[in-house]
Amino acid sequence: MENIQNFQILWFVLIFILLLGYALLDGFDLGMAVLLPFLGGTKEEKDTLIASIGPVWDGNEVWLVTGGGALFAAFPQAYATAFSGFYSAMMLVLLALIFRGVSIKFRANDPARAGLWEKAFIGGSALAPLLFGVALGNVIYGVPLDGRMEYAGGFFTLLRPVPLWFGITGLAAVLLQGATWAVLKTQGEMQKRSFRAAGILTVINAVMAVISFAVLAVLFPRLSGNTLFYLAVVITFAGLTGLFFSVRKKNDAVPFWASSLSFIGLFLAAGSAQFPNLITASNDPNLSLTIYNSSTGIYTLQVMAVIALVGMPIVIGYTIFVYRVFKGKANADDHY
Amino acid sequence: MDALILARIQFALTIGFHFLFPAMTLGIALVILISETLYLVKKDEVYRRITDFFARMLGLIFVIGAVTGIVMEFSFGTNWSQYSRTVGDIFGPILAAEGVIAFFLESVFVGVLIFGRKRVSPGVYWMSALLVFLGGHFSAFWIIVANSWMQTPAGYEINAAGKVILSSFFEAVFNPSTVARFLHTVLATWITGAVMVSGIAGYYVVKGLHGEAARAMLKLGIILFAVTPLLQLGAAHSHAIQVIDMQPVKAAAMEGHFQTTRGANIYVLGYVDEDKEKTYGIYIPKGLSFLYNFDFNSEIKGLKDVPKENWPPVNLVFQSYHIMVALGGIFIVLGLLGAWLLWTGKIYTTRWYLWLLPFLIPLPHLAHETGWITAEVGRQPWIIYGLMKTAAASSVVVSAGQLIFSLVMFTLVYLLLFVMFVLLLVKIIKQGPEAS
Repeated sequence: MENIQNFQILWFVLIFILLLGYALLDGFDLGMAVLLPFLGGTKEEKDTLIASIGPVWDGNEVWLVTGGGALFAAFPQAYATAFSGFYSAMMLVLLALIFRGVSIKFRANDPARAGLWEKAFIGGSALAPLLFGVALGNVIYGVPLDGRMEYAGGFFTLLRPVPLWFGITGLAAVLLQGATWAVLKTQGEMQKRSFRAAGILTVINAVMAVISFAVLAVLFPRLSGNTLFYLAVVITFAGLTGLFFSVRKKNDAVPFWASSLSFIGLFLAAGSAQFPNLITASNDPNLSLTIYNSSTGIYTLQVMAVIALVGMPIVIGYTIFVYRVFKGKANADDHY
Repeated sequence: MDALILARIQFALTIGFHFLFPAMTLGIALVILISETLYLVKKDEVYRRITDFFARMLGLIFVIGAVTGIVMEFSFGTNWSQYSRTVGDIFGPILAAEGVIAFFLESVFVGVLIFGRKRVSPGVYWMSALLVFLGGHFSAFWIIVANSWMQTPAGYEINAAGKVILSSFFEAVFNPSTVARFLHTVLATWITGAVMVSGIAGYYVVKGLHGEAARAMLKLGIILFAVTPLLQLGAAHSHAIQVIDMQPVKAAAMEGHFQTTRGANIYVLGYVDEDKEKTYGIYIPKGLSFLYNFDFNSEIKGLKDVPKENWPPVNLVFQSYHIMVALGGIFIVLGLLGAWLLWTGKIYTTRWYLWLLPFLIPLPHLAHETGWITAEVGRQPWIIYGLMKTAAASSVVVSAGQLIFSLVMFTLVYLLLFVMFVLLLVKIIKQGPEAS
């Protein structure tokens, strides 16, 4: 019999990749939406910015749906604990995702209330990544769990300073994704503003990264022997350095890739701090939900591995194809 | 009210609302695929205008379907965590497969369909229409698999800890009700599309709008409207037989059938008194037995074969089922009438029929909602038929207070979405298939 641990580790990695894919892709459209008032002055400029994400945001969000499905399939105990335990926060996530989704369409088709839908679009886009960051911060920092694997905290347990810091860090990274996406897709005055935003956000992200890594190192002394963590730090700062220079040189495309690289670094740091835990118990380490005590059976993990390892390369292939269809600078008349 | 009831109300509300949109998505995706194929073959601009019109509409429908779909995926964890813990081995992979195999495909290519007309060749555009059609139907397939497994579980074992363990993925996916339920549900979505297209086109023709495009749309809609309810008659019949075989308690509730008998009646309409255990109404003697296997004296199991605590709410199931069946009959008659009018060339001048068509648009939705109530309420008190009770499935840490908050939130938000959807749909219909 094959070793189930290998598949549990594989699924930790695969879910990590799915959530990273979500963060990078939906990250840029959520981030750009939050920056809408700063990047776009006139309605036409805002239309152009929204047009740049119109054809792709829907597909980006499927990374979340699939990541959630994969968590359910591989580690149902963690899925059940987190989703029911963080119930009210999850309802706010849903509210945010509903409004940011529908308000793109409503804004375009309901001119009388376009301003209102724009606010809903911006608000939903800001709230979602903030809450995802806070949720991630909680499962890493630890929450009280009971002996039945159930969450034993309240709503305000989720809002402790460390998880909140994770949320703000995530939001800052998402904003940087958005600003660099805008650099890639706009020109002229709007691009100038995008460069400026990207520059400021690079500095903010660099400061926050230093603090975040320091916090992680203090909270998890075991990270001092973890090569992946050092690699994560290097990748993050390599990305931020690349950003610093490419923004100064007014390069169109490099900032987006550099921002993505630094985001990958942050994710890797979080992942290396978390492995092999899924939900850390703050009250008793023995109560933590790990990949070993929360997973489905080996047969399910194997079947799912086949589906994911065959299916995801195909998904990535046609996703790249569609991004190429819509490559180039965005145009307000192009869409809607 | 206790948390369990609130969780069930919330699930019924959110799934009932969500269902409206995928049903339209699949129906409209079929219409788009047909009209874009005609455009590719005939090179007639009229079909391009029809495709573009429905692609605009699909953009609105799809986004509401997508955002309300995420709610459903979250709900198994948020509201039904005990269920998720028990069946993660089987239910999880089905939802994950839906994402990888289906939802990605649909969502990525819907972008090309709505925004890519000028950016890709006609061949690639047609391919996108095909992939959206396939992605949507694959998606429906996996969701139907998930539901069918709850109705007729297969391919599993139960371990010492009481958890359900997958033993055969193939048997779980192709459990005994998957194929029949999939065909029945997909045809329901095609009828939804057919009626929607016919209704919109009927309105245009009677108002003298959009000339040739409206007539082509009407023809396309009416052909689908004539064919799909007839196909549904066959699919629905085989699904009903499968329910009688595999879920006799649900089947008995659908007809208010209490005593196991040879020569069971079938009701045209009626009322079930659950306390007195009697069903009143107009019936065809021995009709149910006859339809089951064309033998007037075949045996049909009654509700009293199982303890009353394992009965679903009988009258609700009975009424839902009969509304659905009646609507199916109306669709067959009106679809065939439309085909006859089209055949004889009278359709474009038969004003009463054209006027009637737009008013039919909500009816397929009523049919699939009542059908869904029949399937889901008919399964009660089980969440997995014969295996796990609904009462044991809900989240233990979610309080009634939290549920009241979320239920109020979904009620208000979905009301807003519904109002906006109708307003914007009407706006798109008023713009019509313009020559651009």
